[in-house]
Amino acid sequence: MNGVHDMGGMDGFGKVEPEPNEPMFHTRWESRVLAMVRAMGAAGAFNIDTSRFYRESLPPHVYLSSSYYKKWLLGLEDMLIAKGFVGKDEVGKGHALAPAKPLKRGKFTAADVERIMVRGKFGRDAQAPAKFKAGDRVRARNIHPATHTRLPRYVRGHVGVVERDHGVQVFPDSAANEAGENPQWLYTVVFDGAELWGPDSDPTVKISVDAFEPYLEKA
Amino acid sequence: MELRVRALETVLSEKGYVDPAALDAIVQAYETRIGPHNGARVVAKAWADPAFKRALLEDATKAVGALGHVSRVGDHLVAIENTPERHNMVVCTLCSCYPWEMLGLPPVWYKAAPYRSRAVKDPRGVLKDFGVSLPKETEIRVWDSTAETRFLVLPMRPKGTDGWSEEQLAELVTRDSMIGTGFPKTPGAPS
Repeated sequence: MNGVHDMGGMDGFGKVEPEPNEPMFHTRWESRVLAMVRAMGAAGAFNIDTSRFYRESLPPHVYLSSSYYKKWLLGLEDMLIAKGFVGKDEVGKGHALAPAKPLKRGKFTAADVERIMVRGKFGRDAQAPAKFKAGDRVRARNIHPATHTRLPRYVRGHVGVVERDHGVQVFPDSAANEAGENPQWLYTVVFDGAELWGPDSDPTVKISVDAFEPYLEKA
Repeated sequence: MELRVRALETVLSEKGYVDPAALDAIVQAYETRIGPHNGARVVAKAWADPAFKRALLEDATKAVGALGHVSRVGDHLVAIENTPERHNMVVCTLCSCYPWEMLGLPPVWYKAAPYRSRAVKDPRGVLKDFGVSLPKETEIRVWDSTAETRFLVLPMRPKGTDGWSEEQLAELVTRDSMIGTGFPKTPGAPS
């Protein structure tokens, strides 16, 4: 979706301001939000792409004015309500009012913690041969799905070169909609700065994205 | 926010979806097990051991996995090497993808709009915000983490560290040097 989350190349957000000796969490609730998202995801309430899509779907003014973990909380609430795991009334009251909906992998307990400390595997078996190889010139397709996608706007329509092949991985555009994993070849595609930002841009800059095969066409 | 978060946690617990003690354990695991010390050990080993460096650049998931002593790493890790000719910098313009096992949870600036918007368009300007400047002919390569691949920058080994042990070298490796928004510490400089 063409949302405000797709920030690459936008102007006006000001300087980057690193915080010296930044703590891992600024308040206790941030850590609880992180833990709830990880736990409910691991229990099978949603996949990572769906959770990204719900955060992106927050109203633009909310997305832009909320801290990172506030976005996580708001996205989590919306997602759990939409999927029927909790009711809006329950979130408002802070208590369970209706029976639970079964979770794919059951209740998240301390025994499951170890499992989430290792990153998931997104690699899958190839369904078809790769269409592209390192060195190929490709154009990022001019597509604008209203649903979740990982092709940022700033590369669409532009020509780059395939640099690496990462094998076949879960396709977020399908997984986010719970339409199956639909695995696709994944490539690192490199663009010249001038191709993306015009002839006046810094000539020493190159930018790459990781692009799934359906995002690309031969150039 | 505190109340709103507690309300949701109460609902999830009362409905039997999560055990609150398991949430405590998740937070504790993040607070104690992951962090830039993991990445620093990998970088230091690459500086000290050319065979490991080759293996790391070839297949970082495999190379780091084989170390054993670093917290377990998931798939799809790619290490990218800084050279005098090329400086690498990592961003996630769409959200906040970051190599958690290697670097811990990302800092606020990495997840915020100024970095996500400008890193791909004006990386030199962003580096300036960090007090970092590069020779004007150095190529800057920005890696936008748009899929599940996670990138770890292998910074250049600081001069004046000949014969240093991996433990000593690891002390010089900063989090930002592994994101590409900083350099390793200089030996002998006040930290």
